[in-house]
Amino acid sequence: MDNINKEYLMQILNKKIRTDGRKFEDYRDIEIETDISKNAEGSAKVRIGETEVIVGVKLEVGTPYPDNPDEGTIIVGAEFLQMANPEFESGPPSVQSVELSRVVDRGIRESKAIDFKKLCIEEGKKVWLVLIDIYAINDDGNMQDAASLAALAALSNTKMPKYDKETEKVDYKERKGKLPLSKMPIECSLAKIGEHILVDPGLDEERLLDAKLTVASIGNKIHAMQKAGVGTLKVEEVETMLKLAIEKNKKALEKINKK
Amino acid sequence: MGKILVKNKEMVVPGEVIVEGMDYLPAGNVFRENDKIIAETIGLVNVDNRLVKLIPLTGFYKAKKNDVVIGQVRNITFSGWLMDIGCSDLATLNLRDASSDFIDKKADLTKIYNFNDTVIAKITNVTKTGYIDLTMRGPGLTKLRGGRLIKVAASKVPRIIGKQGSMIHIIKEKTNCKVIVGQNGFVWIQSEDPVNEKKAIDTIRLIEKESTTEGLTEKVEGLLK
Amino acid sequence: MSYTKRKDGRKFDEMRKIKAEVGVIKNANGSAKFQIGDTIAIAAVYGPRNLYPKFLQNPEEGKLRCNYNMLSFSVDERIRPGPSRRSKEIGLVTERALSPTVNLKEFPNAVVDVFVEIIQADAGTRCAGICAAAMALADAGIPMKDLVSAVSVGKVGDKLVVDLDKSEEDYEEGATDMPVAILPRSDEISLLQLDGEMEAKEIIKALEMAKKACLELNKIKKEAIRKKYKGEGK
Repeated sequence: MDNINKEYLMQILNKKIRTDGRKFEDYRDIEIETDISKNAEGSAKVRIGETEVIVGVKLEVGTPYPDNPDEGTIIVGAEFLQMANPEFESGPPSVQSVELSRVVDRGIRESKAIDFKKLCIEEGKKVWLVLIDIYAINDDGNMQDAASLAALAALSNTKMPKYDKETEKVDYKERKGKLPLSKMPIECSLAKIGEHILVDPGLDEERLLDAKLTVASIGNKIHAMQKAGVGTLKVEEVETMLKLAIEKNKKALEKINKK
Repeated sequence: MGKILVKNKEMVVPGEVIVEGMDYLPAGNVFRENDKIIAETIGLVNVDNRLVKLIPLTGFYKAKKNDVVIGQVRNITFSGWLMDIGCSDLATLNLRDASSDFIDKKADLTKIYNFNDTVIAKITNVTKTGYIDLTMRGPGLTKLRGGRLIKVAASKVPRIIGKQGSMIHIIKEKTNCKVIVGQNGFVWIQSEDPVNEKKAIDTIRLIEKESTTEGLTEKVEGLLK
Repeated sequence: MSYTKRKDGRKFDEMRKIKAEVGVIKNANGSAKFQIGDTIAIAAVYGPRNLYPKFLQNPEEGKLRCNYNMLSFSVDERIRPGPSRRSKEIGLVTERALSPTVNLKEFPNAVVDVFVEIIQADAGTRCAGICAAAMALADAGIPMKDLVSAVSVGKVGDKLVVDLDKSEEDYEEGATDMPVAILPRSDEISLLQLDGEMEAKEIIKALEMAKKACLELNKIKKEAIRKKYKGEGK
């Protein structure tokens, strides 16, 4: 792991280049691999640079919320495994991992990427619960975007198991039909360091940033935003970041659709 | 007469028997079990006369007296600083060993070396319990300003430096960077141009990966054209 | 009824297909992935590093600490994330399986942390974890006197078998699972558990089968290590 201090990082950024040679608006190389865990209904592994995140989707049957009796739902959880970074400690999920999971949830939920009504089995009684479990296995910055992408990739290859109404049991060995995922709300995270705005922060940039903005979007519509970091953002900076995020997310979707 | 079971320069893994016979002596990264000498880490066999050792291919740093290392300040106490030099314990730099310059007893220690400052220091003592003492009094021992710090496997340091500094010289010249390699595998790189720094870092990583390949020097020169 | 055929056509003393890879988690000091049949384990090692809290430190030598965890989706019925009694026990026996081999005398007060994660489970997960952990420890440069190998042997129906898969573990007419870890050079056993019903002489016979399997495992692990370090030497 490289080590750099903020003063020196600013010197480098002032020359309009990043410590790994990238330009401010460059994303690192992305690798997506699906179906990496057979017992999951859907799974994927995403690598951005050296950051690696694994996501698995499991389907369970539960009772719907009283105010949405004909809708299933998603439940997103995330864990930063201790192996991912020597500084990660043991214990219950850190608040950062909780935030990461909630931002991934927001992007999927608010964009209505999954038609929750199609997850209904018996109105008022039984619905499908889509459990999305995120595990970060190597942290080199921007686990947020890797997690979101892995979740989407896992959902897109998720097959529905069979629910037997008589026995009220789920048959995981029989999987047919795809999960009703109709959109891909891709997330892009940007860091502000000094007055510079950088796409896809690496580990050192994430550690030293003043503020970070994560934006989930489809086309020109923005479905979720989260500002992180203790610093502040000016309106113009938000505008710049939104523009960049929308562009990056459009490009990413193009690439995924090609595959 | 003993029996050599693995040829020189061949790779062995922990638990592999290298030689059999009481004539041989363990000399590094190996241990004796009855009449056998066995590998303790992943490494290349090196049998020289009666001495059996491994050139380690993995490697965290084991502090040794008189090693010149690069460290980062992690903590400041009443009497000095605690430095990360890549060992499981932080090393100690006492006030009296901190500098060839005079330091007032009431001085603010953070003004001399602050948290996360990078320095070049020399190990003066290592006790059995892992307590490491440093000094910064001496030629070349100083605080490093700016630049970046990367960590390489300590076992690769000799290759990165090269015979009589030949390899490090090529890197410094061709990338126009200041490069200082600590025996502990911490490497400090600094240049006016961050692109040059990246070039130097990429080159060092290449050497780390292919340290025992033949023709490495030529490969490095090719990369740096 | 006699157990005559294994689901995947294996011989009774044959292990499933094995894939091993060293150096898979970049931030870790050492790491490895070990797959046997459909069971996939990843192990990562950090250390020797400082051990907190201080009262756990041993001034004579370093400590080995092993953590075992299954990802929620690694099995058919989702596992709630977080440590369970089972995972704590397996962490402990993993540590016992590895500690006779590691030499931590030169790292007093330090700890070597081993993290085992099961990505996909089809029985034999603790053994896969131990194999991955041994490679990861070697990759991290931790001095060891041998590379531990582990495999589960046991009885399915009336036959003694090596490397039970889930369907065999769940065999209707009864199955016994016996995970074993062996130090290949000395044939010393560092992990031994049993879950089911077997007679003493069957156990001894099964142990002999385990020894043979572990020798083969050792070769595969050595090959995986070579592959990562092959840029070196000849």
